[in-house]
Parts: sequence; structure tokens; C-alpha cells
Amino acid sequence: MTANTNVPGSGDLSPLVRSDFLYRRRRMMDRAMTLAMVGAAIAAVIPLFLILFYLVKEGVPGLSLEFFTADPNRPGREGGGVHNAIVGSGIMVGLALLMGVPVAIGAGIFLSEYGQNRAGSVVRFIIEVMAGIPSITIGLFVYGLVVLRQGHFSGFAGALALAIILVPIIARITEEMLLLVPRSLREASYALGAPRWKTVLRVVLPTAMPGIVTGVMLGLSRIAGEAAPLLFTALGNQFYTTDISTPMDSLPRRIYYYATGPYDYWHEQAWAMSLVLVAIILVISLVVRTLFGSRVTVRQ
Amino acid sequence: MSEVRTKVPEVANGRGEAPRLAPDVAPGGANGREHERRVTIEVENLQAYYGSKHAVADVSMQIYANSVTALIGPSGCGKSTLIRCFNRMHEFVQGARVDGKVLLDGSDIYAAGVDPARVRQRVGMVFQKPNPFPTMSIAENVAAGLRFLGVRNKSEIGDRVERALKDASLWEDVKNDLKKPGIALSGGQQQRLCIARAIAVEPDVVLMDEPCSALDPIATLKIEDLMRVLAERYTIVVVTHNMQQAARVSDFTAYMLAAEDRVGRLIEYRRTEDLFTRPRDKRTEDYISGRFG
Ligand SMILES: Nc1ncnc2c1ncn2[C@@H]1O[C@H](COP(=O)(O)OP(=O)(O)OP(=O)(O)O)[C@@H](O)[C@H]1O
Ligand SMILES: [Mg+2]
Repeated sequence: MTANTNVPGSGDLSPLVRSDFLYRRRRMMDRAMTLAMVGAAIAAVIPLFLILFYLVKEGVPGLSLEFFTADPNRPGREGGGVHNAIVGSGIMVGLALLMGVPVAIGAGIFLSEYGQNRAGSVVRFIIEVMAGIPSITIGLFVYGLVVLRQGHFSGFAGALALAIILVPIIARITEEMLLLVPRSLREASYALGAPRWKTVLRVVLPTAMPGIVTGVMLGLSRIAGEAAPLLFTALGNQFYTTDISTPMDSLPRRIYYYATGPYDYWHEQAWAMSLVLVAIILVISLVVRTLFGSRVTVRQ
Repeated sequence: MSEVRTKVPEVANGRGEAPRLAPDVAPGGANGREHERRVTIEVENLQAYYGSKHAVADVSMQIYANSVTALIGPSGCGKSTLIRCFNRMHEFVQGARVDGKVLLDGSDIYAAGVDPARVRQRVGMVFQKPNPFPTMSIAENVAAGLRFLGVRNKSEIGDRVERALKDASLWEDVKNDLKKPGIALSGGQQQRLCIARAIAVEPDVVLMDEPCSALDPIATLKIEDLMRVLAERYTIVVVTHNMQQAARVSDFTAYMLAAEDRVGRLIEYRRTEDLFTRPRDKRTEDYISGRFG
């Protein structure tokens, strides 16, 4: 902390130790504010640590090799695993990212680079409305659109529902991140004779990439934990499948199913699945962020 | 540098009338005189607007090849606006509009069907604040323009990057750090990097909008030296707030002023030494003697 040399009434220009009343009051205020901020920060992370602690405590006992490699046993028969749910979640989330991310980033680019007009306002409005739709409603929508028409539940329908949830999240963050790219960089690119699309692809997008990646991770964490939109789309499946045209299991749905079920070993497995879900999201986030996330920070 | 300058721009400054070049200043070569300065940019009756605001009015001037032309004048008189009209950057501002002609080597860059990106490949720009691309290394920054142009050949890019960095007198500073991010350099180095980036595509003209205003005196002198050297191969137009700088680096100086109507006009445009020693217009004299602005 630096000593305040501008205290009124001080003739000496470099007092390192001040003891008059005004200075003490300021210093106390400063400390109180610092303390308040630190307190707020701690209050914000306490729930996170509690959740993690609880998850580890309750979840670890359920973990075993069988848990990861075996499919569920018949209800009531202890043992078995959730291999099918882990794989199903992986496939549906992956497919949702594959379908949703390009659309969302495209929409974000459109909004920030070409959307300062009526068409942009309309798209922006639609995306905002989409972001506000409850995920179970999106599940119902896909049920009507895909499941009823095809006559059966499917992993594809589940992935589609997740993708629809994903798009507004990532599109909005992408737009915001692109708008944060300083105008001076776009001008530098234009002044080199780059047409607009090259400026967007080679300068604006890479500069905003860390932020966009954060947005994608946010979307990923959101959809990986969604059970509601999968209820009437992917349904769920006792058995292992990688065929997206058949009903498919997922971690959130199986957590819901086991947690509300009658058996203790189900409850234990539900905790273990929750822990696995959180761990997977955390690991993916960390890996992705170290890969693309914080390459170079944008300096204003 | 050869000191043969047979033709210099002269301005008649009748009250209220647009200043014009003396009619006997014809584009170089047209009348067969070898050592006459070639005109690179010819501005005819240029008007620039921001929406309904008329920012620059009635500018007609010729900018000579292989020379440094300085644009001076008080803040808000339209200097930036004017040079941004020379490479069609003005139109990036929403609602901005240009009337009149800007001939680059005789062809109007505002003619129908002209691709502004092509214009900007020939008329490069250096900005007030150094703005290297933050995601690119030093070498990639310099190569950016070449990449935009579609140059793929790695060895060609490498050669041209090296040449541009040498021309921007940055090579010695960075030759071992070409892979470091461009924004890791000091402000003055970043500005020289931006100059290297601009000249790597070998434009005809380099526009500089107050390129030294964010720099310390030593970095400023380096950039000024650089302008003199670059003028041997390029046509340089530099906006500056600093009259000493204009006097030091430029061959020609244009003085702009926005009068009560807040519309920027060209007041006087002549050889630099003439403008500073024998200004013809009272307003120029007031400005350069520090009585105003
Ligand atoms: N984006 C803009 N929108 C509207 N008006 C603008 C815009 N940019 C500049 N102007 C106006 O145009 C006039 C000329 O501005 P310009 O930036 O060209 O002046 P300048 O001579 O470069 O000033 P400075 O020396 O301060 O950089 C000013 O009156 C300014 O308010
Ligand atoms: Mg300016």
C-alpha cells in the first residue's frame, strides 16, 4: 500500500508514516472495502466448493471399473454400470455441438458484422426469445417435429433438442465477443486491402476466439447436464447403443431415474454419475482452454 | 535525393473560394518534361460528409509521387477525414459519404465498379495508435497483407517480410523474435511494425494519420527518418499536429481549417519551406506562428 502524500495540512512532501485522523479514516475505509470484496468472493465460491465436496464424498463410493464399463443390470439386481449413459451423453452432446456450434457462430458473426439493420434486429430478437424458452419446451418441439413424424424416439432427436438449446447461448456470446474486437483492428485489415469476409475470418474471429471458446464451453456444460429436453426425444435406453436412430441413454436422465428410484445402490450410482458428469465437463473445459482459450489477450 | 523540383503546388486563396492549384501544374510527363514531379493522387473538388454533417469541402489538390506531403491544421478541421477519403476508408463510418473525384494515377477511385479493397492494396495506411494484429506473430503481422492478397509461397513471403522489416528499420530489433506476438513490442516498435505491414504489399501511397502522436521523441525521430527514406520509393501523406514535424519531414504542406461553419477546407498548399517561411494566407500565418489553434 502506498502512503498518501496529499493529506491536507501536511507541509512535508514525503511523509511515509502518517498518523493524522483523515489518513487513518481513509486507510480504515480502504481495509473495510477490501475485506468486503474478499468476503463477497468467498461467499461466491463457497457453494461451488460445498457442491464439489459433497459430490466427491457421495460419488466416489459408487465408482468402480464396472461402473464405467458395464451396462445397467435389471432393476433390483445390484451392480452393473452406466456405460451406455456415458456413451449416449457423449454421442448426443458431441452431435449437438457439431450441429449447433457452426450455426451459432455463423449467427453471431452475422449479428455483429452484418446485423446493424432490420434483418439483424429480427434475428437478434428471435435468438433472445429462443434463449428464454424452457428446455423442456424445446424437447416437446422436437418431439412434434421429429419423433412423431419418424414414429420413434432417437438419439438424433435428443441431439437436435440439445443443439437448439445451444445455439442462442453461443450465438449471443459470439456476437458480444466479436463486438469487443477493437475497430482499429478491422480498419488495419481493411487498409491492407482485405475484403470484409477475410477481415472477419482472419482478424476479427481469431482475436475473439478465446471469448467464443468460453461461450462454447458454457453451452457444452449447459447441455451436458440437461435431462428435460431428452425425456421425449432420446427417451433413454437400458442397453448400450451407438445408433443415433434408436432411443439413447444419457447421464442426466439416468441420474434423474436412479435418484428418484427405490434402491440404495441406484442412489449411490446417481451420485457417482453426477460426479463423473462434473468431472468430464471440468476436464474438457480445462483442456480446451489451455489449447485455444488464452492464447493472446486482446489489448485495448 | 535529387533536388529537382520544377513544379510546386501553389494555391490561390481568394476569399471563400476553393483553393486551387495553379493551372500550370500539369500531371508529370504530360508535357514531356522529364524531371517534373509525377502526380500520384489528384483530388478534384472533394466533399466528405458524416450523415448530414459536411466535414470537408471543396478540396482540390495534387499529391506528388516520391514526396512527403504533410497535412496540418487544428483539431477537428478534417485532416483524418480527408486522408481517409484517399483510400476509401471514409465509407466505413455509417452514413459517411464522399463527393468529387480522387484520381490515383489518373483513374478515379470513386468511379462505379471500383473495388475499394483493390484501392486499399495500392494506398496503404498507418494509424495514430499502433494496431498490430494481436493474434499474429511479428512475421505474420507483416505477412498479413500478402496473405490477404493470396500469396502462398512461403519463401516469397519470408523474403518480403524481411525486406519490409528492413525498410521499416525494425529488422535489427526483431530478427531473432519473428515468432513473438506483435503486441509484445514497444509502442515505437509496434508502429514500425505497422509501417512494415503497410509497405510489405508494396503500395504506391502510404497514408499516415498522426503516426507519432503516441510515441516518445526518440521513437518519433526514428519514424520521421523512416518517412524520408520511404519517400524515395513511396508517396507519403502524413497528418500531423506537430508543425516542427511537418517542417522536418515534408516536401509539401497543406494547411486545413474549419471556419465558423465547421466545415474543413484547404487553406493553403505549397512547398513546405514556402508555407512556413512565406505563408500567403493570413490564417496560415496565424496558425504557424502559434497565434491560433
Ligand atoms: N465518425 C464520425 N461521425 C460524425 N462526425 C465525425 C466523425 N469523425 C469525425 N467527425 C467530424 O468531422 C470533423 C473532422 O474530423 P476529423 O477527425 O477529420 O478531424 P481531424 O482534423 O483529424 O482532427 P484531429 O486533429 O483532432 O484528429 C469533426 O468536426 C468531427 O467532429
Ligand atoms: Mg485526426
